[in-house]
Amino acid sequence: MAVPGRRRVAITGVGVVSCCGIGSDAFFAGLCAPAPEGEHRVHDFDPSSWFDVKQARRADRFQQFSVASAQMALDDAGELGVDPARAGVIFGTGVGGLETLQQQITVLVEKGPRRVSPFLVPMIMGNAGAAAISMRFGWRGPCETVVTACAAGTQAIGNAARLIQTGRCDAVMTGGAEAAMAEIGIAAFTNMTALSSSGVSRPFDRRRDGFVISEGGAALVLEELDRALERGAHIYGEVLGSASTADAHHITAPAPGGAGALACMELALEDAGVRTSDVAHVNAHGTSTPLNDLAEAEALAKLFGAPGPVVTSIKGITGHSLGAAGAIEAVCCALTIERGIIPPTVGLEELDPEMHLDVVTGSPRQLPDGVLLSNSFGFGGHNGCLVVAPIGFTAPDAQA
Amino acid sequence: MDNEAAFDKFKSCAVEVLQVPAEKITLEAKFSDDLEADSLEVVELVMALEEAFDITVEESELDGVLTIGQAFDLVTSKL
Repeated sequence: MAVPGRRRVAITGVGVVSCCGIGSDAFFAGLCAPAPEGEHRVHDFDPSSWFDVKQARRADRFQQFSVASAQMALDDAGELGVDPARAGVIFGTGVGGLETLQQQITVLVEKGPRRVSPFLVPMIMGNAGAAAISMRFGWRGPCETVVTACAAGTQAIGNAARLIQTGRCDAVMTGGAEAAMAEIGIAAFTNMTALSSSGVSRPFDRRRDGFVISEGGAALVLEELDRALERGAHIYGEVLGSASTADAHHITAPAPGGAGALACMELALEDAGVRTSDVAHVNAHGTSTPLNDLAEAEALAKLFGAPGPVVTSIKGITGHSLGAAGAIEAVCCALTIERGIIPPTVGLEELDPEMHLDVVTGSPRQLPDGVLLSNSFGFGGHNGCLVVAPIGFTAPDAQA
Repeated sequence: MDNEAAFDKFKSCAVEVLQVPAEKITLEAKFSDDLEADSLEVVELVMALEEAFDITVEESELDGVLTIGQAFDLVTSKL
């Protein structure tokens, strides 16, 4: 469905690097399987599939995830035939090249400043992923990076869609990547007591005790709808709208009662031109931390009433990949639409009695008709919400 | 260390850092045209050479160093 005066945005390619699978088929199968045991690293990622040896050595792991997922998304989208000056890259990350930074600080301490790599700066900078993608494809439109912690992936996609809606770009590569599982990153998240001490991700469960850190990347090709239709592209769905807000409350804790999340979801639905009753499914932020899940559940109940639309959090499987999470979940939404199946919230055994949500547990559920809402909330009080829908969706009483 | 042994050592550093086949490391080879090495890569190579030969090369000494031969001369002048 169309918001008057605005160009429409199709999702025509997806790529994903996740601990539960690389590539959309492996990824989606992984979402519907038991949770992986042990650390949620992307153990089978081989940079040589995307880089020669020299390139790989000069790209931090987060940049490798950025490029790998973008290349998969572009291959999936097919021949775009886009003017490079009207093709953009909007990517997200939480912290950029943390592994390289940690390694080079060790070099500094052990061998002195003269041995610090001349490639340190272009490897750790948060925009390295977006820059590498634009260089690889020769795309010369806007190339920017969103750095809003765990909301980065979702907000990047919202910003990318706006570049198409407003006419600045005809195609945008968007998404997010994160590789923050260096010892320094894990120690820091552990010491702020954000991580699960049991090591199990249990979104919305009464026994949830923190998030399980992971890593990865995901990318989507967004394309102006008429162009995509004209070239006969495979269209996963449409980005109807998005919103970005701040809690202005606390650097790590969400606003009480999920007030920030609620405001952002409302704004995203308004931007998309849909009503709460049009929402069939929410791909939740659902990190498995006590505070986030409660705030998000309260916000969902206030917005939709109980039980509201079908909710899932894939973080029971994927863990929390920070700045990549929103992008991985947006790819999940695209695949949910394509396959008509909502993956379950793995790890959820007993819903927190304070929550009144219809959460998919056990096995996957069929996607009801309607639009999908994907939520991401980040340290810093950043909220990002994205509204996507099957291409044929029309709100029942918007037909006139 | 004789000149040949020194060049072998130099060559193995260059192969490792620049990721080019050993036969491309000739005295005449130009960093930019023949070895596709940009200025940061030359800096990285010099750092590897400093370690391998236990020498110190100042940044200013790299001015005008465009070929493998010039870089090798710079290294051997310090041995």
